[in-house]
Amino acid sequence: MIELKKVSKSFGSTQVLQPTNLRLTPGETTVLIGPSGCGKSTILRLMIGLIEPDDGEVLFDGTPLTPANVKLIRREIGYVIQDGGLFPHLSAQDNVGLLARYLGWEKPRVVARVEEMADLTRLPREALARYPSQLSGGQRQRLGIMRALMLDPAVILLDEPMGALDPLVRFDLQEDLRKIFVSLKKTVCIVTHDMGEAGFFGDRVILLGSGRIVQQGKLDDLIRSPADDFVRRFINAQRLPTVETQGVL
Amino acid sequence: MNHASFAARLASRLACILLIATCARLAPSQETKPPRVRVGSKSYTESVILGEMLTLLASAAGARAEHRAELGGTQIAYSSLKKGEIDAYPEYTGTLTMEILGDQQVQTDEDIAAALARNGIKMSRRLGFNNSYALGMRRALADELKIAKISDLKQHPGSNARSGAARSRLKFGFSDEFMNREDGWPGLSVAYGLSDYARGLDHNLAYAGIRSGTIHVTDVYTTDPEIAAYEMKPLEDDLRYFPQYDCVLLYRADLDQRAPQVVANWLRLEGAIDEPTMIKLNARSRIDRVFEGRVAGEFLNGTLGMKVTIPPDDRWRRVLVNLAINTRQHLMLVCVSLLAAIVVAVPLGILAYRLPPARQLILGGVGILQTLPSMAVLMFLLPLLGLGAWPTIAALFLYSLLPIVRNTFAGLNEIPANLRESATVLGLGPRARLWLVELPMASRSILSGIKTAAVINVGTATIGGLIGAGGYGQPIITGTRLNDITIIMQGAIPAALMALAVQGLFELAERFVVPKGLRIAAGKST
Repeated sequence: MIELKKVSKSFGSTQVLQPTNLRLTPGETTVLIGPSGCGKSTILRLMIGLIEPDDGEVLFDGTPLTPANVKLIRREIGYVIQDGGLFPHLSAQDNVGLLARYLGWEKPRVVARVEEMADLTRLPREALARYPSQLSGGQRQRLGIMRALMLDPAVILLDEPMGALDPLVRFDLQEDLRKIFVSLKKTVCIVTHDMGEAGFFGDRVILLGSGRIVQQGKLDDLIRSPADDFVRRFINAQRLPTVETQGVL
Repeated sequence: MNHASFAARLASRLACILLIATCARLAPSQETKPPRVRVGSKSYTESVILGEMLTLLASAAGARAEHRAELGGTQIAYSSLKKGEIDAYPEYTGTLTMEILGDQQVQTDEDIAAALARNGIKMSRRLGFNNSYALGMRRALADELKIAKISDLKQHPGSNARSGAARSRLKFGFSDEFMNREDGWPGLSVAYGLSDYARGLDHNLAYAGIRSGTIHVTDVYTTDPEIAAYEMKPLEDDLRYFPQYDCVLLYRADLDQRAPQVVANWLRLEGAIDEPTMIKLNARSRIDRVFEGRVAGEFLNGTLGMKVTIPPDDRWRRVLVNLAINTRQHLMLVCVSLLAAIVVAVPLGILAYRLPPARQLILGGVGILQTLPSMAVLMFLLPLLGLGAWPTIAALFLYSLLPIVRNTFAGLNEIPANLRESATVLGLGPRARLWLVELPMASRSILSGIKTAAVINVGTATIGGLIGAGGYGQPIITGTRLNDITIIMQGAIPAALMALAVQGLFELAERFVVPKGLRIAAGKST
């Protein structure tokens, strides 16, 4: 399991993360939420070793991440970014199967597993032969998720996975994703700035501000008893659709 | 079947084949086969005409004669003779003493003969003409100024063409080679006490300059037909400054046994060609544009009273044969240099991408190489690599580096950061990322760099003609020398067509090299 112990990070003179402790709960979905620049993406990138902490350490199943072991640890973590991060030169099938093929899986096994993932994420099988530029945004994101799940990792990290999708596509994908996470009992960490999405996915919601954890718990707790004014303002900043009924009839 | 028995069977079959082949080779030699004689010549008209004479004389003596014309300069012709690639070629005494045997302090003909004998080469007696350097000016102007000898020029000091000081001053313009040879203008101006205002220009342009009056005095070869054609007067070398360039034949000593009749026929040329005759022969070829074989044949039949068959002017066949040879050589220059450049430049581009501290050094370094003039690079490489194809290939290799390195770097560098991270977080190591993601994604850019290099190479490879590398540069150089645009076209047009073909070939190659997904994506974005 992934754990941050007193991890801090600065870029130049800007401290983007103050010393922070954080542990993902196995089998649960943790949501990191907060305004831009609050440090939520930095935490995700620290977890997968894209950046190294200035202080403290990042542990995976109790082992600190080092340059020597990070490559192998990454293979046990699924990572999804906005728009899928697919390679344009590979077909959908090859994008999902790239690492498995590299690790020496036989082709029939790769194909079978990719098709299984396509069914799971409800991607039409005929889309597997196409290239990323021939697919819709929603299909690309489903492929990104398939790629993350391909080797059946225990942990899935998602960095604003729905950010580029239109509302209808996003709605469907959110439904599908939650079912997948719950049915596969994955340990999940999602970065978002959308309160609705945070409440929909999060067993636990962590609200960050200015590089530190401001409040964490169920979304209901955050809404009912905000820890401070920042939490209250962040929650109230979410606009819900209102319907003007007066004068219509 | 085990390996040992397989090897034994293979060996016995090979032995059979060899035996049959050997018998087939030996069989015809039992009857007396006509000797094979290869004649060479350098890349100018006079040498080619004399080479044709030697070829016709050898044929008349019953040999199977072959003329390997236009071998380039002295170094190539002489080393070909030494190695036995040719059996004979015409040479000049001055060239022998000053250039070929320049380091051996030879003076007399006996010295020369002895030095040549050490290399298995014999020299004929003189053919009768001296093709030396001379200074020439328009006859009308020389007569008007009463100039007959070089020392008369002292009364008319040269002027820098740009200064245009006094109208009465003569403008000196010399061929680049003459300007720089120790025995050319630098030595001449000292020996005669002439002011050293002179400018260098191409030898063929010098005649045009004389005609238009841009220059008044230039260097000429005494057998140049242009001297008469342009109404010029060669000035007497009254201090005997220029060495004698008496024409002789050089041939391999073993010919005396191998083809004595051929040698006997050749030696009939001794003392048979005087200066006016050689000038006329050169004029027939260069001014009347008669095929060298016909000029040679008519001379042999007319003056020597022989009955050689005058070869037909198979100009078109020669054009086609030369085209085939030049194409093969040109392709060789381009392909070898390009392949070497790919092998070096792609890794350099990757290094520049992966190793930011080395980036400026690599990109800057290959950039500087590109700014060097091609002639300078070629001349710098000459002493290192000798004449022929290698210095040309090396120069082309250097010029190919920049487009390939730059495009490899650019193609890798423009991969979006999120895709690079995608490959990293998948758990691919640096090498796997390079081969599976980065290079395929940069393939279009890399290929386009290679295409640029190839197209530039096809054009630049023509400089190889200057140093005997062959290729399409050969007819361009020859045509420039003869002032014959049709010969220049025989190099320029195929070179342009080859550049277009290379361009087309690479566009075709893109379908196989660039992954389909990238081509689809590019098609959509345009």
